[in-house]
Amino acid sequence: MDEFIEGWTAQHGATRDQLLPLLHAVQEEAGHIDDAIVPVIAKALNLSRADVHGVVTFYHDFRRTPQGRHVVKLCRAESCQARGGAAIEAAAAQRLGVAMGQTRGDGAVSLEPVYCLGLCAIGPNALVNGRPVARIDGAALERIAAEVAA
Amino acid sequence: MKIYVSRDMASVALGADDVAHAFAEAGCDVIRTGSRGLFSIEPLVEVEMADGRIAYGPVWPGDVAAVLDGSHVNRLGRIDALPFFAGQQRFTFARCGVIDPVCLEDYAATGGWKGLNAARALAPQAVVDVVKASGLRGRGGAGFPTGIKWQTVLDAPAGDKFIVCNADEGDSGTFADRMLMEGDPYCLIEGMAIAAHAVGAHHGYIYIRSEYPFAIYTMRLAIERAAQRIAPFTLEVREGAGAYVCGEETALLDSIEGKRGQVRAKPPLPALKGLFGQPTVINNVLSLAAVPFILAEGAEAYAGVGFGRSRGTMPVQLAGNVRHGGLYEIGFGITLGELVNDIGGGTASGRPVRAVQVGGPLGAYFPPSMFHLPFDYEAFAAAGGLIGHAGITVFDDSVDMAHMARFAMEFCAVESCGKCTPCRIGSTRGVEIVDRIMAARPSSQSVRAEPVEALSFSSRKEGPSTGSGRTGEGYIDKALYSRSPSRIDTSLDAQSDLLRDLCDTMKYGSLCALGGFTPYPVLSALDYFPEDFGLAKSVQEAAE
Repeated sequence: MDEFIEGWTAQHGATRDQLLPLLHAVQEEAGHIDDAIVPVIAKALNLSRADVHGVVTFYHDFRRTPQGRHVVKLCRAESCQARGGAAIEAAAAQRLGVAMGQTRGDGAVSLEPVYCLGLCAIGPNALVNGRPVARIDGAALERIAAEVAA
Repeated sequence: MKIYVSRDMASVALGADDVAHAFAEAGCDVIRTGSRGLFSIEPLVEVEMADGRIAYGPVWPGDVAAVLDGSHVNRLGRIDALPFFAGQQRFTFARCGVIDPVCLEDYAATGGWKGLNAARALAPQAVVDVVKASGLRGRGGAGFPTGIKWQTVLDAPAGDKFIVCNADEGDSGTFADRMLMEGDPYCLIEGMAIAAHAVGAHHGYIYIRSEYPFAIYTMRLAIERAAQRIAPFTLEVREGAGAYVCGEETALLDSIEGKRGQVRAKPPLPALKGLFGQPTVINNVLSLAAVPFILAEGAEAYAGVGFGRSRGTMPVQLAGNVRHGGLYEIGFGITLGELVNDIGGGTASGRPVRAVQVGGPLGAYFPPSMFHLPFDYEAFAAAGGLIGHAGITVFDDSVDMAHMARFAMEFCAVESCGKCTPCRIGSTRGVEIVDRIMAARPSSQSVRAEPVEALSFSSRKEGPSTGSGRTGEGYIDKALYSRSPSRIDTSLDAQSDLLRDLCDTMKYGSLCALGGFTPYPVLSALDYFPEDFGLAKSVQEAAE
């Protein structure tokens, strides 16, 4: 990981404003931002560890623990609620066997809340492994569950 | 044969990729466009005929033959002739859904760069004057005159100035920024290049939320392709990281600088001390995207439509439980009722409309009795609401407004940046008060009519599934009686008074709109729908 960060800063610069792009890149590479990598990032950008830790923990996107092999980001915002989102949220948690905001014990799937994907007239919506899915109903949940089981 | 299929994220979510693939397999020349903006007819396919494009929608991958021979049952004819489109005034979204979004030739052939050419032929002050004369106001929500903001930056002496586009569109019920960035990215780029010329900036940032992966991809590609055209001005995309509060302009600037997205105290204004301490124009996507039209067609053409002090058009977004949801660009002054009932066609569930939320999570809930309100910044402010980003979320009669008030507080608690106390702590106390109200209201209130599709909005929405377990009876009891039980009046009247008092503190004591506007949905729910809180209807008058 150290070489990755070194290579990245060589290409994009090592100024403070590169911290978010670098954190995105590290997370994409490693899956999550491990506490052990924080000092390396801090050193690369000439920041304190506390500074980097503060940024990592502020933003919902940055994860300090590994994610499931499949990721279902389900929208919880008002427009999806107006279309039955709360019930779909409960059904998804039940069907996938994981509580909202958690990763299942076997590491197969993470169910994460997201507040609006901008598909507000066709909810309830989700990003399933990065793919947008609209108008989620019981049948769509079954398809998602099948994808997760595969 | 030329076939047009949208590549907008919403269209793809409804299956447009599979449809496009099926037509390509059949030997058609498939061109991917942005979305036309009406989602009840997506996935939409347009076939190029001798006399223009004929639309079919919704279309599924198995329908290729029927579309190609013109026999498909969902034949819509010409898009412009459909009632949803015929009434629109598309100034900003004229090209969206029509052209290939990243094709430079298409953009130039449909009037692109006309505004930038006009601007570069003028002195910076003259460009600012045109924008002032157009009456354009910030489309992000506050409605501050764009020309005045630019003037401040132009007059600032520093050498290094920046243009920042706020594309952190986090409000539920809004998707116009996303649609524009995916459907006509060069329009935004042109608007930013005009702003750069007007104030003397050399570099710009587009801060896009990470929830919009398609928009990030399209904008990056478009910036690369347009680099020569906008030179010496340069642009880059910065990806957000899931913090709603970064839609607040000063938090957004801190986020670009690589810090926690915390709100700054104002003054100093970003126009004087913004990004990296330099004078900065920070505008919403729709404000910047309106500028090319204004420069190309003249300030009068833009200011000629509108209502009162709200000039020009607003891309209104119809969302939630609405039959014909989508993007409807129209001059200010259209009433809320016309938008929801006539254009939106009422609810998708077929049940009566009970409430609409205008302006996202920080906007007020209005009942149908307020549908006479004209879409205008001042009219909405006078009615205790805001236009915000012009998203309208429709709810049918199965909605529990106490639950929605609780959600507003919960959302504020999740997304608060933590800098000021009213927002950071007030939001959590707000959730607790609404929980107490929901526990104390007569039991008949807690379960409303069984909602559509057997989807139940139970008042205890945080069941075992969400895992937090914070709203169980035990939690409330503990919160209430841990200190001095005798001092806490748990009656509905006392708790609703307390909620109003808390909202007052948040409204006037918060540093930014997140804490300051969260009271809007809460108080409007309490004022217009007191029965959901177990209160008598008359509370509405007492609130004044």
